Amino acid sequence: MEDDTKPKKPGTRLCCACNQRRAALKRPKTLEQICRECFYAVFEEEIHQVILENKLFKPGERIAIGASGGKDSTVLAYVLSELNRRHNYGLDLFLLSVDEGITGYRDDSLETVKRNELQYGLPLKIVSYKDLYGWTMDEIVKMIGLKNNCTFCGVFRRQALDRGAALLKVDKVATGHNADDIAETVLLNILRGDIARLSRCTSIITGEDGPIPRCKPFKYTYEKEIVMYAYFKKLDYFSTECIYSPNAYRGFAREFIKDLERIRPRAILDIIKSGEDFRIATSTKMPEQGTCERCGYISSQKWCKACVLLEGLNRGLPKLGIGRNQGLNSDAKEDIKKDGRTKRSSSGLALHQEIGMWLNGRETKGDVFLFDIHPTKVFQIEGITQIVLNTWLMGHPPKSIVLVHIVS
Amino acid sequence: MHLTLEFGGGLELLCESVKVHNVNVDMPKGADKLTMKDLLAWVRTNLIKERPEMFIKGESVRPGVLVLVNDCDWELSGQLDTTLEEKDVVVFISTLHGG
Repeated sequence: MEDDTKPKKPGTRLCCACNQRRAALKRPKTLEQICRECFYAVFEEEIHQVILENKLFKPGERIAIGASGGKDSTVLAYVLSELNRRHNYGLDLFLLSVDEGITGYRDDSLETVKRNELQYGLPLKIVSYKDLYGWTMDEIVKMIGLKNNCTFCGVFRRQALDRGAALLKVDKVATGHNADDIAETVLLNILRGDIARLSRCTSIITGEDGPIPRCKPFKYTYEKEIVMYAYFKKLDYFSTECIYSPNAYRGFAREFIKDLERIRPRAILDIIKSGEDFRIATSTKMPEQGTCERCGYISSQKWCKACVLLEGLNRGLPKLGIGRNQGLNSDAKEDIKKDGRTKRSSSGLALHQEIGMWLNGRETKGDVFLFDIHPTKVFQIEGITQIVLNTWLMGHPPKSIVLVHIVS
Repeated sequence: MHLTLEFGGGLELLCESVKVHNVNVDMPKGADKLTMKDLLAWVRTNLIKERPEMFIKGESVRPGVLVLVNDCDWELSGQLDTTLEEKDVVVFISTLHGG
């Protein structure tokens, strides 16, 4: 059997599965060399087995595929519609996209999703940040700059997918998270000491207690194989980096995982395994899941993260909810003296002296001020005063927000 | 030696958004063959216009960049030691962009 491209040289390796055709890739999972046709078969079959073994879907369910137009979700949409046909899953599949409102990035990738809608015959629903929250990412970045913008985007996207899924009345959302993504998230959660997320992030189904669970059919699928599959099948996907600065910390974890994979590809599955088998000490305090008082979304705090961030945007305090222990959910009102002991400004003054200078006597007992250290603003929380400070601390203190409660 | 080079998965952005390059690459002085190692050095010098660290790490491609020679994974042909021949097609695809 001849391939449409010429063999590299005589004696080229044959596929270890069929022993007939020329091998086209080395599988990272097994290190087997395999031809294109056998690769398609085994790639699809493994995903089918994952779906069966983990009971990801039930006959008659409506399933939304979270579709960004990128490689993972494009391959997921293709493979799921294929498997649904081949194995009679009996699923109603939909494409669900989130429009963050990023000109030159999301508008282009949405065009890809619209083509996928026609190519795969799957109905498409697009929900936008603008409609849901009243802000596009372009507008948010204009207000807050390029720091922390990924926090807004990530928090908003998570909820947007849920809201879109509710509009579609689906039973479940399937996302394209692959093995590399999950290994990366395990590492990140370890690096951040985020035990609650560490124990959740390897679950193939999450949110089963909530209204719309999510599942990850590609949990054990290597990114390399997804990209190879898309390339060989000539699937139409979009691949440009977001125009707003990429998440640098995640980038390091990603690069580290890729370096490990080159030396020992199994490392990816082993990291996932480690994440799954982690036992959390019974003495570890876990956040309690409740619902947001404002919008009813799941939250371990009084307000969910999206509502806190939105409140900040709408009140002109965009740093609200960024960083640890500050913001609306926190009672961490620090009095001036306590702060003054630990921090000094660029002018060498203690923080409380500096703050005192800026307030310049306009504070009264009971006032609460919010100092936004990056860049240089101070806001009176329950008032109209917004004092812009141009000479705020240059030393980049660890917290970007300090709440100051005037106690005397 | 005439080769066709293709850049995908976002790597095309590093070479002025051109995906397919038909190029003529000379063998290194004194050598009787052209290897992938030689080609990467050539690409780095002649085609990559920005952010070379997105493409190259050390003397190989950055981990996460897939390489196919005539539609065959270069991990099967010896990676950097793969010998290239006239009219070969080499494809570089980044897996590092969002999904």
